[in-house]
Amino acid sequence: MQISAFLRNIRVLQVLAQILFVLLLALAAGFFYANVTTNLARQGLAVGYDFITNPASFDIGESYISYEPSDSYGRALLVGLVNTLVLSALGILLTTIVGIIAGIARLSSNWLISRLAAAYVGVIRNTPLIIQLMFWYFGIVLQLPSVREAMALPGSIFLTQRGVYLPKLDPTPTFDSWRIFIWIALVSIALIWFSFRLIQYRTELPVPLWAYLAYIVVPILILWVGFVIQPEAPLTENLPALTGLNFRGGLRLTPEFTALLFGLVLYTGAFIAEIVRAGIQAVSRGQVEAALSLGLTRAQALRLIIFPQALRVIIPPLTSQYLNLAKNSSLAIAIGYPDLFSIAGTVINQTGATIEVIVIMMLSYLSMSLFTSLLMNIYNSRMRLVER
Amino acid sequence: MSEIDQSQEIIIARDVHKWFDSFHVLKGINLEVKKGEVIVIFGPSGSGKSTFIRCINRLEEHQKGQIIVDGLELTNDIRNIEAIRSEVGMVFQQFNLFPHLTVLQNIMLAPTWVRRVSKEQSQETAMQLLKRVGIPEQANKYPGQLSGGQQQRVAIARALAMQPKIMLFDEPTSALDPEMIKEVLDVMIQLAKTGMTMLVVTHEMGFARAVANRMFFFDEGQVVESGTPEEIFKNPQEDRTKLFLSQILSH
Amino acid sequence: MTAIEMQPPRLSVGPFAWLRKNLFSTWYNVLLTILALALLYALLRPALQWALTEARWGVIAANLTLFMVGQYPRDQLWRVWLSIYLLSVLLGLSWGIWKHAARGFALIGLGAGFAFALIGLLLNSNVWINWLVAVALLFGFYALGRILPKRARSITSLAWLLYFPLVILLIAGARFIPFLSPVPTNLWGGLLLTLMITIIGNVLSLPLGILLALGRRSKLPVVRYFSIGYIELIRGVPLVTVLFMVSLLVPLFLPLGMPTPEAVIRAIIGFILFEAAYQAENVRGGLQAVPRGQYEAAQALGLSGPLTTALIILPQALRAVIPAIFNSFISLFKDTSLVSIVGLFEILRIGRSVLAQSEWLGTHREVFLFAFLIYWGFNMAFTYGSRRMEEAMGVGRR
Repeated sequence: MQISAFLRNIRVLQVLAQILFVLLLALAAGFFYANVTTNLARQGLAVGYDFITNPASFDIGESYISYEPSDSYGRALLVGLVNTLVLSALGILLTTIVGIIAGIARLSSNWLISRLAAAYVGVIRNTPLIIQLMFWYFGIVLQLPSVREAMALPGSIFLTQRGVYLPKLDPTPTFDSWRIFIWIALVSIALIWFSFRLIQYRTELPVPLWAYLAYIVVPILILWVGFVIQPEAPLTENLPALTGLNFRGGLRLTPEFTALLFGLVLYTGAFIAEIVRAGIQAVSRGQVEAALSLGLTRAQALRLIIFPQALRVIIPPLTSQYLNLAKNSSLAIAIGYPDLFSIAGTVINQTGATIEVIVIMMLSYLSMSLFTSLLMNIYNSRMRLVER
Repeated sequence: MSEIDQSQEIIIARDVHKWFDSFHVLKGINLEVKKGEVIVIFGPSGSGKSTFIRCINRLEEHQKGQIIVDGLELTNDIRNIEAIRSEVGMVFQQFNLFPHLTVLQNIMLAPTWVRRVSKEQSQETAMQLLKRVGIPEQANKYPGQLSGGQQQRVAIARALAMQPKIMLFDEPTSALDPEMIKEVLDVMIQLAKTGMTMLVVTHEMGFARAVANRMFFFDEGQVVESGTPEEIFKNPQEDRTKLFLSQILSH
Repeated sequence: MTAIEMQPPRLSVGPFAWLRKNLFSTWYNVLLTILALALLYALLRPALQWALTEARWGVIAANLTLFMVGQYPRDQLWRVWLSIYLLSVLLGLSWGIWKHAARGFALIGLGAGFAFALIGLLLNSNVWINWLVAVALLFGFYALGRILPKRARSITSLAWLLYFPLVILLIAGARFIPFLSPVPTNLWGGLLLTLMITIIGNVLSLPLGILLALGRRSKLPVVRYFSIGYIELIRGVPLVTVLFMVSLLVPLFLPLGMPTPEAVIRAIIGFILFEAAYQAENVRGGLQAVPRGQYEAAQALGLSGPLTTALIILPQALRAVIPAIFNSFISLFKDTSLVSIVGLFEILRIGRSVLAQSEWLGTHREVFLFAFLIYWGFNMAFTYGSRRMEEAMGVGRR
């Protein structure tokens, strides 16, 4: 009698259920593990992370850190990770701008502009990203004129099928001493922010619009002062110039990078446009009317009332779009940009260390996701409207 | 007054304590209900009255003391819990009808699936119950299409469909517009007259006066006072009881 | 005192007024409008000119079957047509029986049928006959559906549920059925492959997603952490990595004797595992929307946990998030374009192989545009149909 009563206890049943679940999982895991080891042994593939230090022996099209084929596989994977991060960071910056512009355009009173923005969103959102990337790569970037007949844009920018050439600034020996001024400029921005808060706190007046210029003017002033007092200019121009068959100098963006950046920015921008539009529309009309009837100008109402409230609605889905951009960068494999995923694929092909490399790759992407989620959670909890 | 079986105590609560995290909500409740009795529990909000009756059908779990329903003690034993739940019916303040089912389906659901009664049988019983609570014509409507008073009456029918021995009412009329309170109370009074054991948490003192056998005043997790409606209304002993009664009877 | 009726002032109504208000209201709007019009003209004129005169649409015509069904055996194509006809029948019946809810999809079916028939005619392919038959079936069964009694509703719903497994059987075939010889999945390609992956992926990912969502809300910590772990892991990585991983690892995980599942099967498994995590989040939103009182009422009535979930909670939860679930269905369709990366022959990959043919060198723009239109067209169609259905069901709005 004791045992059956024990087995009917709710608590006991819950614990038993969990034990059963864990047992099933363990059984499945054990089964798969056994299969994996047998299969790997049969194929003569090694298990373990030893391959990481072996020389990679393959070339990588572009990289932001130094890389030679004699470097290790580990280094190769790192190159991929950096490539992904750089592309994602730049992409996030640009797509935000594009998305905000498109979102505001959607709400424009100009019928043509709002319809064009709607068309942009409707077409881009409803077609697969991979098609768009291929369009940008095969259809546009590779169709650019050859190096000899490069399309020149003002400011020494050249568009060719070998890539986009931009002017670059090179550091000179005096760059190190100028760097101090960069730090001072950054600190000055923080100081300005603090003093604004302090003034607002003390006087309870909002900061007038013209005062925000200080954020721009003061750092630039500091940088300029630092610039001119140096004996030699800290930075020199490095302009691309056609010499012989190729361009020398300047910064070169590969066709792959350009197409990928364009495609990702426009694709994610369409989603961000909708988010921005929904966010602005989510602020009820009553808020605008109340603000206007209090005597605020339209611009002030926008800045003080609508914008903060819209931001609350916009930020969470916005960060998940940023995450999508970072994840979608893995489509680089379709057009040959050496991102983390494509390099991981190459490494797997060459070493056969399938599981190990996959684990490294997944962990990298997961870290990016978790980091972004963390930032968003922090932002969310600080911005939550205090409600009853 | 209906027949009260003096020999049978159908609900016994002995020194029942309950905590919500560190908040001590029930501080030693002692209570006995005999078969066929109509008990009214009243008191200020937060006094633990709802929590207590929800302990009786294990919607809340008490941490100390004993609750014995129809001879079965309420423990973690799943068989006891299921047996007790099938004998105790409950009517909620928010009705809690199932919005995706028709009125008839709401009432038929439990007998069909829990008691394994045939569909025709449960449909027949359901229609009878609907007639009993006075709204047979609403059988094929959805809860959203009914008024509050009608919904609560359906909720009562739904609980009765399981042929419970005890009916618990958790502030059944508090969410109703004033003009609909009477129709629900009428059904409850009718039910009381058939000899159903009822435990009712309510502020409706008229109902208490009409059919309650005994009343319990809860305050801050304890039974402050108990007695027949006569005793409570004419001659409240405790100050707190007097204070509360003056507050709710004045308006 | 009689009311005075006056006409509004001349300049505030009529087409000129509309132009003034919407396009030329302020100075910067005037500027914007002019710029936009200039841009449109600069882009559209050469594009249209190319499309109508220079483009060699023959590349599509010659390879139409390839684009549509890949390498599917040509003598077995009747099975594909049978699936399409069955779909027309079901659409027509549903339109007749449910009228408004199904009207969106039915109209799409009609539109698609007519459009494809037209394209068939233009490209000199005989398929226009088949498409017109499909349209006729739709209309015919619509008429039938209108006069059927109410009992037909449940039968038709059952038919829909059976339709998808039936299509899978028709297309894939099975060894023990006389007319349906097995067609190995590596012969599936083109639009057929895309649609099959979408259907199977959607059908199987939703139940798994529901289980995960329930697991995430479970009181048992082990189950809960497992569910959360799975969901966050999948949502944190790109789809291609999941497809890649499943493709590579499934053979490793299977015991020695078992044959390696074909690439298409592996891709489908990848999609199921991936979509399930996202559907789990959708369902979780729905579960959170069901009030606690529903659980309590069910408990008080003596319903066990599983019964409560199945009869009371899930119907309400799912109903609340149908728009989100449909959105996931539609985005899966777009995502199937990625299977080219794991070696499957969906439309894009077929396009690339067509471009390699010497006859059609240089027609990449035509091929690309075709693939683009197919994906975009189907996407818009699904979106429109599901939006109409949601409206008719009164779903997604409280």
